[in-house]
Amino acid sequence: MELLSQHAKKIMEGCKERAREAGLSFQDESLEYIVTNRDMLQLSPKLMIPTLYDYWVQDVEVLKEQGRYELYPGNPYETVINTRPPISYYNDNNPDWLNVMIFYHVLGHIDFFQNNIFFRHTWDYDFTSRALSDKRMIAKLRSEKGRWVDYVIEFSKAVDNLVGYFDVLADLEKPDAKGPEAMLDYYFDVFLQQDGHAITRYVREIELYNTMLHQHEAGADKAFLDSVRSRHPEFESLYDKSRREKKPARGGDVLQFLMDNSPFLHHEENRWMLSVMSMIRSTSLYFQPQIRTKILNEGWASYWHEKLFLEDDRIGGHEVEYAIVNAKVTSMPRVGLNPYALGMRLFDYLEDKAEKGKISYDYDRIGDKNTRRHFDRKTGKGREFIFAVRENSADSMFVSTFIDQDFVDLHRLFVAGKRFNKERMTWQYYVKSRRAEDYREMVADSLYHPPLIKVSADDKGTLVLNHVFEGKPLVREYIEATMMGLEFLWGGRICLYTSEPVPVKTTAEQEEATMKSERPIREIGWKRFLYTMSGRKLSREPVSEM
Amino acid sequence: MNPMQKLYISLKQKGLTVEQERVIELELRLAEEQGEGAHAHRPLEEPRDRGLYAWSDLQLQLDASPPHALPLSSLNTLDSLLDRDRQREEDGFPRKIRIGRMMKPGRDGGDKVVVVPSTVEEKFFHDRIKIQEEGDGEGEAEGGAGEGEEGEVIGEQPVREEKGPGDSGAGQGEGGSHELESNAYDLGRILTEQFKLPNLKDKGKKRSLTRYTYDLTDKNRGFGQILDKKATLRRILQTNIALQRVSGRGRINALDLVISPRDRVYRILSREKDYESQAMVFFVRDYSGSMSGKPTDLVVSQHVLIYSWLAFQYQNQVRTRFILHDTEAKEVVNFHTYANLRVAGGTQVASAYRLVNRIVEKENLERDYNIYVFHGTDGDDWDTKGEEALPELRRMLRYAARIGITIAENGYGISGKTEVERYLRNSGLLDERNELLRLDVMDKDSNEGRVIEGIKRLIS
Repeated sequence: MELLSQHAKKIMEGCKERAREAGLSFQDESLEYIVTNRDMLQLSPKLMIPTLYDYWVQDVEVLKEQGRYELYPGNPYETVINTRPPISYYNDNNPDWLNVMIFYHVLGHIDFFQNNIFFRHTWDYDFTSRALSDKRMIAKLRSEKGRWVDYVIEFSKAVDNLVGYFDVLADLEKPDAKGPEAMLDYYFDVFLQQDGHAITRYVREIELYNTMLHQHEAGADKAFLDSVRSRHPEFESLYDKSRREKKPARGGDVLQFLMDNSPFLHHEENRWMLSVMSMIRSTSLYFQPQIRTKILNEGWASYWHEKLFLEDDRIGGHEVEYAIVNAKVTSMPRVGLNPYALGMRLFDYLEDKAEKGKISYDYDRIGDKNTRRHFDRKTGKGREFIFAVRENSADSMFVSTFIDQDFVDLHRLFVAGKRFNKERMTWQYYVKSRRAEDYREMVADSLYHPPLIKVSADDKGTLVLNHVFEGKPLVREYIEATMMGLEFLWGGRICLYTSEPVPVKTTAEQEEATMKSERPIREIGWKRFLYTMSGRKLSREPVSEM
Repeated sequence: MNPMQKLYISLKQKGLTVEQERVIELELRLAEEQGEGAHAHRPLEEPRDRGLYAWSDLQLQLDASPPHALPLSSLNTLDSLLDRDRQREEDGFPRKIRIGRMMKPGRDGGDKVVVVPSTVEEKFFHDRIKIQEEGDGEGEAEGGAGEGEEGEVIGEQPVREEKGPGDSGAGQGEGGSHELESNAYDLGRILTEQFKLPNLKDKGKKRSLTRYTYDLTDKNRGFGQILDKKATLRRILQTNIALQRVSGRGRINALDLVISPRDRVYRILSREKDYESQAMVFFVRDYSGSMSGKPTDLVVSQHVLIYSWLAFQYQNQVRTRFILHDTEAKEVVNFHTYANLRVAGGTQVASAYRLVNRIVEKENLERDYNIYVFHGTDGDDWDTKGEEALPELRRMLRYAARIGITIAENGYGISGKTEVERYLRNSGLLDERNELLRLDVMDKDSNEGRVIEGIKRLIS
């Protein structure tokens, strides 16, 4: 791996200037490396982070048995990694115009990494350096503890998708304890809601607060809190008490829970495992925002490489070559979901909409199709709006908020269904639906979504995992190995409650209907099961009633 | 009326249970569909496009290797990986490395085997709800763009052919170049060493091979390494008789004998032909309709492993014959055909055994080879009581060094109650001739580990 030539680097500095002028913001320094195919072979199992710790699984092929498990960790393969300074990779024989295009794309990513709030927790440190020190730590531990280090890595990785990512983000945004904001939050969110019949009072208080905001603007918070204190002398002391109370663990962070509470890990001779686990946890947290912003991130980068490349005066004459590569990246496939294409189109669409003032109550109220079409307030706020979207959204919000029927119609999108045709022995693809709701649901369904598993410990020292039911079962074949690892880290019995589909017995009547239609009608019901791992033996039993 | 139907009717007259009849009728129906329906009765793997997260900058812009290109450099790595895996077992954790996805005895007859160590990182993942057990699959929805009315069919993709990269079937893997190639011999070594498959007992030497050892077996007059005293004395006597210094009567005075230099006979180091045992392996596979899918995969993958193991045991001196059967048996030329051919017919195990017996007899193989027969089936047999199969099997037992029968259950009979298993157990042959006949029954969801376990059972 070597640095990019000075010639190319100079071109890229020119790109940075142009991108800044267009409104992107990113730090000055960046590192660009030339990679060969051989480098790629070594980098890809390390998720493109050259300093990532070594682990034997990187040497074997990890089977992704069904497409769905690609969801993890498919995402992190990028040309650019979110570090300080950001690092990006290039082939050594790229022509200049291609490097310019890629670099604009990269700048889009960097801008996204450094401004989207879902990356908030990655802003304060440089991941490559951290990874390097982790790698050294692992190497040192491995020389002392041998293969047990790999077991701990393996077992921790088994739950590294359950890391309480949103809790981490929420903690970063917590308002200052002494400031009025936190007190107001407490007043409205807790204090006023303590007794059941408080709705009218709540509304009254909100109104009071709003009037004060109008009157004082600057000192409104203080004035309002003073009035609260005078009406409720006990407020202050209750507030202080609540601050002192220990927050109950939110319970979605299995890895952290183990590190805090596992008796096994707190034995003197096992304490080293904690540092390994914390490394796995922070690595996983680092990648979480990346996988949750695939459509946005790629859409944003594609939007900008297109805008900036075409405006760049230095690369005239390569438009056709550019168009070919660009089409490969950003064309909508006939069947399939291309995050680049979808994201870019959504940004274009939103910019246009905001520009015309269509993202407004007034517009939404218009029922007449023609008026809607010609609605144009010329707000000039299109850019501003998409910058706000890139700052504040993740894929799930992006998709569920902004994909509407107009968008679906504009790009002639549809949900493609597949069905098996017995006569022709083929899978047939057909247009299943052109409704925006269905399209949204389909996209949302293909987004990364790890199960939510609440963790706690009972009196007898059993670790209890409670899989919150979201209409999907867990992959059953994986439960045993995962729980075995957890048992090791916990040092005792583990229970898992989860729901599994069970076929509902068909009544005679239905059977008859089945015979007639020749297509068996299958219905499923859900049943709660309890898995118990004890002494590396797994047992499974139905739970009678929840 | 075709012969299968005739067979069915004659069987029916002898009496069939409801269950048997159901199976036979199913297979008959499949046969009518000429194999096309082979998929109709098993859960279908729907084709999948690459997911949302499979798109990446590297691939699109740089044409770089896709993320699944992985550094597999040498067999040493594999050995150390397997060592690690064995250590896991000692530490009380289940093995994690699979030697899956290999076996590429290719169309050209070479015994290339591609060893891809692979593993799965288990986590709590959401799964799809598996409800489609019957053939009418409705796949998961995907995105799309372009023309077309709702409900309009915009394209289709045949089901039969292609096997995805995840399949353990034959055919070169996708990213062939970065996979680890070795031959069957190496795989056999790995199996023997790592999975503790037993070594073979020497079954006596038989046919000569072009392989030599060096030994002091040749004699040479005049010079050499060791003096052969007896031969030398005999030579000396001959010389002296010829010179008439020794006569038949009277005592011979050894001191009077004349010794010519050429009388000295020496043993001399020389090249010798060695004799080694050689194996003839019959791989027999049921390719009837009910076998399609998982049972076939299991049987084929087990047979490759067995072949590899034998290749190692016999120092590559293994000859193979491949036989496929439904209601009739036929021999095919290479492994490729053996692994991939599918037909949907009925099932008659006896036909295959009969063919094996006939080949052995006709070519007089018994004299020159250790004969192994491995038979993979899903356990269905129209000949429900084994009335024809058992006598053929008994004949086979007379010459075979080992017969291993694998039943990979297809999952629609009752487990442990397939016809083949039942009649084999009832016949008592399994106990009587335990040293020669082995049976292994696995269900259709067995994994690689189970397959190797099965081999141990068949050959130990």
